[in-house]
Amino acid sequence: MPQGEHDWLDSDAGPVVRPYAVTGGRAKPAVGAFDLVAFVVSRVDGSGELHLLPEQRAILARTSEPVSVAELASHLDLALGVVRVLLGDLLQQGLIEMHEPEYDQSVGPQRPDDRILKAVVNGLRAL
Amino acid sequence: MASERSDGHVPLAVKILIAGGFGVGKTTLVSAVSEIRPLQTEEVLTNVGVGIDDVHGVEAKRTTTVAMDFGRISINQDIVLYLFGTPGQDRFWFLWDELALGALGAVVLADTRRLDDCFPSVDYFERRNTPFLVAVNCFDGVQKHSSEQIAKALDLDPEVPVVLCDARDRRSVKDVLIALVEHVMTRKQIAA
Repeated sequence: MPQGEHDWLDSDAGPVVRPYAVTGGRAKPAVGAFDLVAFVVSRVDGSGELHLLPEQRAILARTSEPVSVAELASHLDLALGVVRVLLGDLLQQGLIEMHEPEYDQSVGPQRPDDRILKAVVNGLRAL
Repeated sequence: MASERSDGHVPLAVKILIAGGFGVGKTTLVSAVSEIRPLQTEEVLTNVGVGIDDVHGVEAKRTTTVAMDFGRISINQDIVLYLFGTPGQDRFWFLWDELALGALGAVVLADTRRLDDCFPSVDYFERRNTPFLVAVNCFDGVQKHSSEQIAKALDLDPEVPVVLCDARDRRSVKDVLIALVEHVMTRKQIAA
């Protein structure tokens, strides 16, 4: 349930603010790819960035350590597409760093190599 | 790695997809092994441009929300494994494409009472050449069919493992994931 003062509405009424209102209706980010498991790291804490939207400051505050795009969307309770637009603006302004997984579309998606697979098996066995 | 500092250290993300029919226990499976309470991320689809919704008579309904559940397992300091439950409905294939991109592999969770429900998942991963195994959820403790019968019913390639599991049980789910990674490693050796 999105935050808001409209407590006479229950969650069945749906979000009070339309999801993409926060992006000014933009559905695609200005720059960037923003894979679900790309990591976001902020370069500033956001407290001084008064020109930003509250949602963008929230992103900066949450990403002093690397956070995946999927986790960020979930924690902020925003749709993925919305988060991607907000991240695009932040990236364009140099306020975040993105660490995208390495997919080379020309050779098809790269799957984890043997070293990683072995580490994953060992890690799972140790759980 | 040159840097010893933990800040600025970005781990590598590895994805495993958890697919299968609606209500088969995908979220239960993710919960059983995730180190965090399964999270949900949503994508909002507008009818415009997607071309999947028949909007006649439901003019008020302009958007559809698709939820994806996911969990996380920190393998070590450098690797984080994400488990993504795929959206159940076939009409959200385009979301699967993003999920499947670069994924280590997939678990197709099956319920023998409704085996048909996992056909679309099996087809999808076969078509995309994504390594997968079929995990039969025996949550009532009853195994009504053998792995061989299930493999035959699903017309699986002989190399595709079929394992039995209890999606509620951490150790059982762990074994399923290990079996998947081992299958991926074997497949790579054969291909090499």
